[in-house]
Amino acid sequence: MRLTLTGNQANAWGVKLSRVQVVAAYPITPQTTIVEELAEFAANGQLDTQYIKVESEHSAMAACIAAENTGVRTYTASSSHGIALMHEMLHWAVGARLPIVMGAVNRAIGPPWNIWADHTDTISQRDTGWMQFYVESNQEVLDTIIQAYKVAESRDVLLPAMAIEDAFILSHTVERVEIPDQELVDEFLPPYNPPDYLNVDDPKGFGSLVMPDWYMEFRYIIARAQEAARKRIREVTKEYAEIFGRDYHGLVEEYRTEDADVVMVGAGTMVSTARDVIDKLRSEGHKIGLLKIRVFRPFPYEEFQDIAKRVDVIGVMDRSFTFGYGGAMFSEVKGAIYNTDARPKIKNYLIGIGGRDVTPKMLEDTFRNALRVKDHGLDREMMWVDLKGGE
Amino acid sequence: MRDKPYEIRTWKDLPYATLTEVPSTFNNTGTWRTVRPIIDYDKCISCMTCWKFCPDVAISIVPNKKEGARFDEIPEIDYFFCKGCGICAHECPVNAIDIVEEESK
Repeated sequence: MRLTLTGNQANAWGVKLSRVQVVAAYPITPQTTIVEELAEFAANGQLDTQYIKVESEHSAMAACIAAENTGVRTYTASSSHGIALMHEMLHWAVGARLPIVMGAVNRAIGPPWNIWADHTDTISQRDTGWMQFYVESNQEVLDTIIQAYKVAESRDVLLPAMAIEDAFILSHTVERVEIPDQELVDEFLPPYNPPDYLNVDDPKGFGSLVMPDWYMEFRYIIARAQEAARKRIREVTKEYAEIFGRDYHGLVEEYRTEDADVVMVGAGTMVSTARDVIDKLRSEGHKIGLLKIRVFRPFPYEEFQDIAKRVDVIGVMDRSFTFGYGGAMFSEVKGAIYNTDARPKIKNYLIGIGGRDVTPKMLEDTFRNALRVKDHGLDREMMWVDLKGGE
Repeated sequence: MRDKPYEIRTWKDLPYATLTEVPSTFNNTGTWRTVRPIIDYDKCISCMTCWKFCPDVAISIVPNKKEGARFDEIPEIDYFFCKGCGICAHECPVNAIDIVEEESK
């Protein structure tokens, strides 16, 4: 079945196909239409789910945590300040090892007040232990929700995941979306079967105090689960491609990187535009390629160590800025490569922040700048693209 | 359910999260105590105020086994859980609970 859906509707369809049993959410632009769609599915009987209305995003995540602890599949969605308000509970979901999936619609954090696409809200949650999938199309939104549950609920992972879409560019824009058959999804994603859950017939203690002599070991176990997720994401993406015919290539996707001297790195919707710009520059004879960060946590360090051996320049485009140094993706890419022998020049491009349109022209200028680094060396580490008045 | 706690030597022995197969009733919080409440049953009027106030549910209502006693049921302190907070002694309307120093071992 094919439908014309916004990114947010596709998100809700992914939830419906995953047969989520509890939804708890609080509305915030640009996420609202996801939970409106889910409320409608629940109200008209298309989705057999308990829909919990809450008074804040903090409570939404708390409700998901409590529900998930009873052994059911849960979902929430949020954006920007809503995700920031959830922060404490995001840590809890990880420590309690609850594979909750959240639809995160990237929106800038205020002030200045701004509701448009910007990755600061999810990048700021990097250290919580949530897996992060950045998507670039409405189809990928739907497919990623289903895949995220499969990865998250794996016994060796048991970690929550965010399926992350750019505000408005995806959330409120329609595209043709292929809806997979429910029977196939059911086969791919069996009901949630947790190793432990709140059960009066088999009482257990949940969330007890751990003294300094063992806390570190529990954190190490979570670190290992993220490593297991790295492998699991590759397997699940492959399995999904075999069944549903759409391949998202695991943690990163390379585009025209064969024999490339320069590779540009980005996440989210800018990647789709970037492909066209790469084609244009390729047609002029420039050896330039693209690497899409689909999964930011666990971070695809092996993939970057591999690409670093093959190229002279890596340009990392961040749609957020970590004050005091540089873009988070830039820092991670650079950090991943440092202990290898590869020494490509790595430059950070701050682009599209606060919903600034990432146009083909803007990307072309950026990519040409990266090509100049190849010929003339690194002029400076960071560049704010399209900054009025310059730096 | 286990009848003894996990034997844990390395992180490999830990569960994937802070889950315990034994309920919290296994935790001997009585070891935290520095002072001990003692009920004087000659003064006690079995009003169960101490039972109501005990924040750790360490006081139970039990049958009075004493022959010819005034009350069928009396409060009893479970020293496995009692942390010695002294709230029972503070709340007792007839001052029937004494607080004495725990002997150091």
